Order: sequence, then structure tokens, then C-alpha cells
Amino acid sequence: MAEILVLVEQVDGEIKKVTLELLTLARSLGEPSAVWAGPGYTDVAKARLSEYGAEKIYVADSADIADYLVAPKAELLASLVGSRSPAAVLIASTTEGKEVAGRLAIKTDSGVITDAVGVAEGFVAEQPVFGGGVIVHSKVAKGTPIIALRPNSTQPVAAAGAGTEEKVDVALSDAARGARVVERVKEKSSSRPELTEAAIVVSGGRGVGADFSIIEQLADSLGAAVGASRAVTDSGWYPHEFQVGQTGKTVAPQLYIAAGISGAIQHRAGMQTAKTIVVINKDGQAPIWEIADFGVVGDLHKVLPQLIDEITKRK
Amino acid sequence: MNIVVCVKQVPDTATERKLRSDDSTIDRSANGVINELCEYAVEDALKLKEAHGGEVTVLTMGPDQATDAIRKALAMGADKAVHLSDEALHGSDALSTSYALSQALKKIGFDVVILGSESTDARTGMLAAMLAERLGVPQLTLASKIEVDGSAISIHRQTDYGYDKVEATLPAVVSVVEKPDPFKPRYPSFKGIMAAKKKPIEKIGVADAEIDPAQIGLAAAWSVVSDFTAAPPRGKGVVVNDEGDGGTKAAEFLVSKKFI
Ligand SMILES: Cc1cc2nc3c(=O)[nH]c(=O)nc-3n(C[C@H](O)[C@H](O)[C@H](O)COP(=O)(O)OP(=O)(O)OC[C@H]3O[C@@H](n4cnc5c(N)ncnc54)[C@H](O)[C@@H]3O)c2cc1C
Ligand SMILES: Nc1ncnc2c1ncn2[C@@H]1O[C@H](COP(=O)(O)O)[C@@H](O)[C@H]1O
Repeated sequence: MAEILVLVEQVDGEIKKVTLELLTLARSLGEPSAVWAGPGYTDVAKARLSEYGAEKIYVADSADIADYLVAPKAELLASLVGSRSPAAVLIASTTEGKEVAGRLAIKTDSGVITDAVGVAEGFVAEQPVFGGGVIVHSKVAKGTPIIALRPNSTQPVAAAGAGTEEKVDVALSDAARGARVVERVKEKSSSRPELTEAAIVVSGGRGVGADFSIIEQLADSLGAAVGASRAVTDSGWYPHEFQVGQTGKTVAPQLYIAAGISGAIQHRAGMQTAKTIVVINKDGQAPIWEIADFGVVGDLHKVLPQLIDEITKRK
Repeated sequence: MNIVVCVKQVPDTATERKLRSDDSTIDRSANGVINELCEYAVEDALKLKEAHGGEVTVLTMGPDQATDAIRKALAMGADKAVHLSDEALHGSDALSTSYALSQALKKIGFDVVILGSESTDARTGMLAAMLAERLGVPQLTLASKIEVDGSAISIHRQTDYGYDKVEATLPAVVSVVEKPDPFKPRYPSFKGIMAAKKKPIEKIGVADAEIDPAQIGLAAAWSVVSDFTAAPPRGKGVVVNDEGDGGTKAAEFLVSKKFI
């Protein structure tokens, strides 16, 4: 069966859920080979990748790969594309994943598709464009299809693969050592899931006010990630990396709760493909209602504490 | 310092955006505006010039009406512009666009190239990385902060957990993210708008930038759209008024959907 390369997305050796989604999808297209790029590879990682169907695991765990920005990962993948001729390369459509995909496309003279939510037979990718208003099917016409998939687009399903390890040594070029990461600053050390990967996102808007603790409490009661509208990040009430929308993150969770958010088109562009949308807003005419599956017209400062109580009671 | 800022004209997101039925490319006949993240790129370019001297050149690839975006950048304070415009470029994908822009950049020359991290129409978020790859210079992307000291450049790269501090040596390609107040892009002043009318915009075509016609346009595209449809509308939802039990009702809904 045709080999499909899957770039593993991991932080400090911990594999992100999107990788398991990509392996699951890769199994429907061919034989998945996971590509580990950077330090932190362990037996735990090996077990996890095999559990989700990796037949092979290419391990390139030199520190250099993580110490320099993006380019080393593209170089590693390009060398594997050259030597193994895979049928396709799947990458997470995260900010960094897309950058790797772009550079890899140039190196291998291949077409690249970003923000896909599905890949069908013949490597036909499905992409929502214009904030989810239009669904496009597209195909790579030259080279090896490089497809970046959004987190949460496939349900990860375990199915054991052989997980045969193969060490890969890459001699990084000077060009790949152009931008050196000298420090990683972790501002938020929370146990919350990451925004783009979370199954549930609780987002607050201007209606919440400067104190975001009510949103954080609701998020924690549901094991959810916290999101925010631009009105909130602009005011400095919450950091920009949590902004959902056109100039922030795109999320497609199972459940999106929007509290005190009017639902401007630029906000909806980042969340309207969520499976279920729940709204709390005191203005019954706000545009967000157009996409709500359920909602309460009321003051979020009254509704949310009660909701949190109810959730805690029922647990 | 020779600063080039890549600016894109995009369809206004407040209007309905469409793909063309004839060739599935983005319909650019609608209201065009400067891509918002490109305004941040212009702002950062101007700040670098203010701190280190030099010149800010705007580079845009796009049809004739893209001059609106160029004028906006000039009105904000950029010195001059290069407008790469050619029928042959119509339908170019990310690979072609990065190639065409890299050829134009080689011609213009630069110490630093600044881009928005993403455009609102294509939204690939790949262009800066691809330009760095094509030009063989360091990639400093998703910057929330830029610092230059002689030939050293460093940025704060926005990440999910905070930021990474990344360093390189000029020349380099930088892309920038949105920033909160008070780091918003400046508004053009009346004086700026008047001055922009006199600033030079050099129009160049494919041949001027030594762009190989076989690498651009719809015919060269590395990926092709096979079909597109409007997304199905969402069903009508259930709305309740809070009568002291709104939170309970919301909880009941979440239970019914098995989220609790
Ligand atoms: C180019 C561009 C890009 C943009 N990108 C983004 C983006 O990525 N993400 C984004 O979010 N926005 C973006 N915006 C901004 C967007 O247009 C809106 O301004 C923004 O989303 C509004 O945020 P909001 O809904 O929190 O605030 P508002 O529009 O002020 O809405 C607040 C809502 O809260 C409700 N409310 C107030 N108090 C209460 C209460 N006590 N209880 C219940 N409800 C209450 C109000 O009824 C109102 O509906 C962008 C704009 C532009 C022009
Ligand atoms: N046609 C273009 N002309 C000039 N700059 C562009 C063009 N297309 C993209 N860019 C730049 O690349 C950035 C990212 O675009 P994208 O990769 O399409 O999301 C934009 O913010 C611009 O700075």
C-alpha cells in the first residue's frame, strides 16, 4: 500500500491530538508513517503512534531540528519525500504546520493545500473557505500532495500499526539554521486544552468585561479551552493568542459557547463550523443568533454562575 | 535600512465574498480593501524606519485596482511602491505568488521584508515562510515584537503557550500578527493622504521582474479546484429568555447533547 507521511505535532515530547487524527485519516488513504522531528522521542511516544496505526516511525530527534525555526522540519520531510516517494504528506494545519507545508512544497516542487477538513480517495481535499461560507474541493496537480488538515476534522480511532522505527539523520543546511529559537516563554501554564484542538471552547466577548474569571470557570467545569473576541484582546483583557476569528484562530470544536459576543462576521469566520453553538447574550437581535443552536437571552453574569453550578451538581 | 513591505488587496470581509464560476478564482471585482494584517506590517515597517532610518517600499502583486491598497500604505507613511501587475499572473497559487514576489524582491533589494501573517481571502498563512525559502534568508514569522540592532534582528514569535524569542542576521523575512491597543496601525493623516498622491508607484510586469511565465498563472497552478458549493445553512436554533432559570435551561440543553 502507498506510504503516507504524517508529521508528528508535539510539544516537549507530548503528542498533540491532531497527530492521532492525521494517522487515523492516513489509514484510509494508505499506510501511515509517522515522522518525528525534534528531541523528546520516547517509548511512550512510540506506543502512542503505533496505537493509532503508524506502520513506520521515522525518528529525527536531534536538538537542531527544534532549535531553528520551521526550515529544518521542511528539510527533513523533503529528504524523506525524495528517498521514500510517499503518496502524500499530511501535516497539521496549525500556524507552524502550514509554514512547514509551504516550504516543503517549494523544496519538492509539489502542490500544497491548507486548512483541509477532509481528504477523500484520489487525495481530493475538502476546504471551507471565506470563513466557512463556501466549501471547496481541490486536488494537487503536480508533485506529491502536501495537505494540511485542521485540528478536529477527524475523530481519532485507534488501530494498531507495526510502529517500526527508523532513525533518520539529517545534515541540516546552513539555510535551515537561519532563525534560531533562543528562548521559549510560557506565559500561561494552565491545564486547559489548547484552543484549536479543544472539543469544547468557551469564548467571551466585550459583554464579559475585564474580569474573565467567569469564562475560565465555565471552561474548567467543562474541560474546555478559553477563547475571546477581538474586542477583548484589543482591550488587553485576555492575550491575543486566544482570539477567535478572521485575524485570530480558527476553531471547529464539538461545542462552542459564545457569551457576550455579538457575532460580527469577522468573529464568525473563526468559529461557525463548530458542530454545536450555544449563545448567551442580552441582546436578542445580535447577529450571533443566526448561527445559534441553543441560546439564552439574558445577562451572562446571572446565567453563567447558574450554569456552572448546574454543571458542578450534575458531575 | 532598506525595508520592503508586502501588501495585499483583498475583498472586503464585510461584503459577500465569492469564487468566480468560470475559473474558481477569488472574485476580485467586489470592494477591495487592504488586508488588515498588512496594515500591521506597514506600521512595523514605519516603526523600524523611524528607529533606524532608511526607506520603506511597498510591494503589491495584483490587478490594477490593487493600487487602492498601495495608496493606503503610502498615506500611512511608506516612501514608494512597486506594483507587480500582469494578466499572466491571474490565478496564481501560493507557489506561483511566492515565486513572483521573490523575483520582484530580488530586483528591488532589501534588508528586511515584512508581511502580514495571513491574508483574509486566501488565508494560507504560508507566504512569509515560502518567501524565506525562495530567497534563502531567515524566516522570522508570527512576530508580535521586532527588534533590530545593527545586522542582528530578533522577534517574539507568537505561540499557543506565549512566545518564542527568535534571532537571526539580516537580511530576513518577517511576518507580523495583530496587536492590541496601543500598537494598532496608525491612521493616515490628511497630510499623509495628500502626500501619497505624489509618491512614486512603479508598475512592473512579468518580464521586468524576470519572472518565468511557465511558473505563474492558472495554467501553472500546483493545485486545482475541482468544485465548490455554498455551505448548507445552519438549522434554526432554540432560544429562551432568562427568567431566573437561564443557566439551568442551558445545562439541560448540554445534558441533552451529552456534553455534561
Ligand atoms: C479586518 C477585521 C478583522 C477582525 N478580526 C476579528 C477576529 O479575528 N475576531 C473577532 O472576534 N473579531 C474580529 N474583528 C472585530 C469584529 O468586527 C467585532 O468588532 C468583534 O468581534 C466584536 O467583539 P464582541 O462581540 O466581543 O463585542 P461587541 O460587538 O461589542 O458585542 C458585545 C456583545 O455582548 C453583549 N452583552 C453585553 N453585556 C452583556 C451581558 N451582561 N450579558 C450578556 N450579553 C452581554 C451585547 O449585547 C453584544 O452583543 C475584526 C474586525 C475587522 C475589521
Ligand atoms: N499578491 C500579493 N502581493 C503582496 N503581498 C502579498 C500577496 N499575497 C500575499 N501577500 C503577503 O503575504 C501575507 C500572507 O498571505 P497568505 O499567505 O496568502 O495568507 C499577506 O499578509 C501579504 O503581506
